[in-house]
Amino acid sequence: MSDMTRNDMTSTNSAGAGGGLVNAQAIFLLIGLALLLAAPFFVYPIFLMKLLCFALFACAFNLLLGYTGLLSFGHAAFFGGAAYITAHTVKEWGVTPEIGVLLGVLAAAFLGLVMGFVAIRRQGIYFAMITLALAQMFFFFCLQAEFTKGEDGIQSVPRGHLFGVVDLNNPIAMYFFVLAVFLIGMAIIWRFVNSPFGMILKSIRENEPRAVSLGYAVDRYKLGAFVMSAALTGLAGGVKALVFQFATLTDVSWQMSGEVILMTLLGGIGTLVGPIFGAGLVVTLQNYLATSSFPVTIITGVVFMVCVLVFRRGIIGEFYASRLGRKLGFVHRR
Amino acid sequence: MTMVFGIPIQAFLGQLLIGLINGSFYALLSLGLAVIFGLLRVINFAHGALYMLGAFVAYLLLAELGIPYWPALIIAPLIVAAFGAVIERTMLSRLYDLDHLYGLLFTFGLALVIEGVFRWEYGASGQPYAGPDLLSGGTNLGFMFLPTYRAWVVVASLVVCLATWLLIEKTKLGSYLRAATENPTLVQAFGVNVPLLLTLTYALGAALAAFAGVLAAPIYQVSPLMGSNIIIVVFAVVVVGGMGSILGAILTGYLLGIAEGLTKVFYPEASNIVIFVIMAIVLLTRPAGLFGRDA
Repeated sequence: MSDMTRNDMTSTNSAGAGGGLVNAQAIFLLIGLALLLAAPFFVYPIFLMKLLCFALFACAFNLLLGYTGLLSFGHAAFFGGAAYITAHTVKEWGVTPEIGVLLGVLAAAFLGLVMGFVAIRRQGIYFAMITLALAQMFFFFCLQAEFTKGEDGIQSVPRGHLFGVVDLNNPIAMYFFVLAVFLIGMAIIWRFVNSPFGMILKSIRENEPRAVSLGYAVDRYKLGAFVMSAALTGLAGGVKALVFQFATLTDVSWQMSGEVILMTLLGGIGTLVGPIFGAGLVVTLQNYLATSSFPVTIITGVVFMVCVLVFRRGIIGEFYASRLGRKLGFVHRR
Repeated sequence: MTMVFGIPIQAFLGQLLIGLINGSFYALLSLGLAVIFGLLRVINFAHGALYMLGAFVAYLLLAELGIPYWPALIIAPLIVAAFGAVIERTMLSRLYDLDHLYGLLFTFGLALVIEGVFRWEYGASGQPYAGPDLLSGGTNLGFMFLPTYRAWVVVASLVVCLATWLLIEKTKLGSYLRAATENPTLVQAFGVNVPLLLTLTYALGAALAAFAGVLAAPIYQVSPLMGSNIIIVVFAVVVVGGMGSILGAILTGYLLGIAEGLTKVFYPEASNIVIFVIMAIVLLTRPAGLFGRDA
C-alpha cells in the first residue's frame, strides 16, 4: 500500500519547531480562513456549502485511504445513510438540526462498525471490492425501506433553528453553520492524524506485517480508523441533507463512492488539504456541466484515467514535491 | 398442482431457470475477472462495461450492417478483444509496477467513459435485440415451459467456461500462462514473451465478457447501464469464490445465480441482496473465499 500514499505534510508534526517554515503554513491557513469567511458575500452560498460538505467528505475518506492505506469503495453508504437519518429525524421527529446531524453521525459510525468488521478481514484489492458490495447491499436496503421513500427520497426537509435559536433558513446563517461544522471536522482529522493512534495507522499503511510483529492489534486500529472515517463522512452527509433539504438514493449510490475517490486522488492522496482542492474542482466541474447535455461521467472517467496514468500525486502532492513547495517547508515523502 | 415447500413447482422451477441463466452470466464474467486478475493482478472494473460493449457491438452489427446473431456471437467478442488489447498495450501496462489499486481505479475510470459515451449516444433506455429464429419458441417439458433460447444460454456458457478451463489447464499456452502467474520474471528468462501474454490475457477476458454480453442481448435489452448493474454482483461472486481457482470462479457463479433465483421464490424482498449476505457470511467464516488459496 505504501505506493498509494507518497505524500505527507510531515512538517505539521513538528509545528512550532522551525520559525520560518511554520510561518508559511500559518499564512496559508490564515488566507484560507479569510477567504472562507468572506466567500458567502461574493459567491452563491448553496454552492459554497455543497463544496464544504464534499470537501469534508473527501477529507474523511482520505483519513482511511491516505493515512491507513485502505481503499474503501463504499463510503457513499455512510454519506447517504447519515443524510437519510438526519433528514428523517429532522422532518418526522422534529428534532433540532444539531441533534439531527448528531444522530446521522452516530448512525454512520454504527454502519461503519458493522461494515468495517466484515471488510477488514481481507486486504488491498479485496477490501475495495467488499466495501463496494456491502455499500451496494445498503443501497438496495434504502431502495426498499419505508422511511427512505424509495425513488423519491426524503423531500423538503426543514432546516429549523440551530439550538432552537438561530434560524438556518437564512443562507448566511446556514453557511456559517456549515463552515463551523467543516472546521470542527478538519480539526478532528488533524488531531487524529497527528495523535499516537494516527502514527500507528501510518505504520500499518507502510508495513502491516511489521506493525503486527511489533505487537499492535492491527485489526483493531484499522476498525477504529474505519469507524472514525465513517463518522466524519456521516457528519458531511448529515449537513448536506440540511443544506439541500433532501436525501435521495444518489447519496448512497456507488457513483458517489467513486466521486469521493476521484476528489481525493485529484487533490492528493495522503495530504491533509489535498482532498479539499479535489472536491472543489470536481464540484465546480459538475456545476459547470450541469446545464449542458454532455454527460459528466465521461469527463469524470477521463480525469480518473489521466490522474492514475500521469498525475498520481494529485494537485497538492505535486505542489509539495515542487521546488516552491519544498522551500515553504512541505515535505514530499517517497 | 404439485407443491415444493408450499410453492407451486412451476414457479419454483421457473425461478430456478432464471437463477441458472443469471448464474451463467455471473460465471462467464467472474471467470474473465479471475483470468485477468491471475496474471495481471488487476481487478478489471471495466468488465461490466466490456460486457455492455459486447451487447452493443452485436446490436450495431445488426442495425447498421445487417449482420445477424450467429456471426455476431463470434465477431463482437473479437472486436471487444481487440479494443481490450489496445487499452492494455497503451495504458494499463504502464500500471503493473504500481500498487494494484491503481489498476482498479484506472479501469473504473475506463468503465465510466465507455458507459458515458453510450449513454450520451443512446440514452439510458434499452434497445431491443432480436435473437435468432432457430432458437425462438420453446419446449413444454410437461412440468414447465422451457424457452429454447434460455436453454441455449445455459449450454453455451457452460461450454465456453469449460473450454476456457481446458485452455488454461491443458494446453501449452495455458501452461505458459500459469507459469507466468507464478513467476513472470523466470518465464521471461526462458524466452516467453510475457508482455504479449499479458495483452492476450486481457483480450481473452474482454472477449469472455463480450460473449456474455451478446448472449444477454436478446434476453435483457441492450442498455448502457447493463454493465454497471451486474459488475458489483460479480465482484461479490469473486470474493465468495476466491480468485485462486478458475473452476472455483465458474462454480461460484452458477451457485450464487441459483441461490439468487431461489430467494426470489421464498423471500422476494431479499433477492437483490442475498448474494451480498452470502458474501458477508463467507468472509466471516472463511475469509479466503470458498475456493481461495491465499490467506
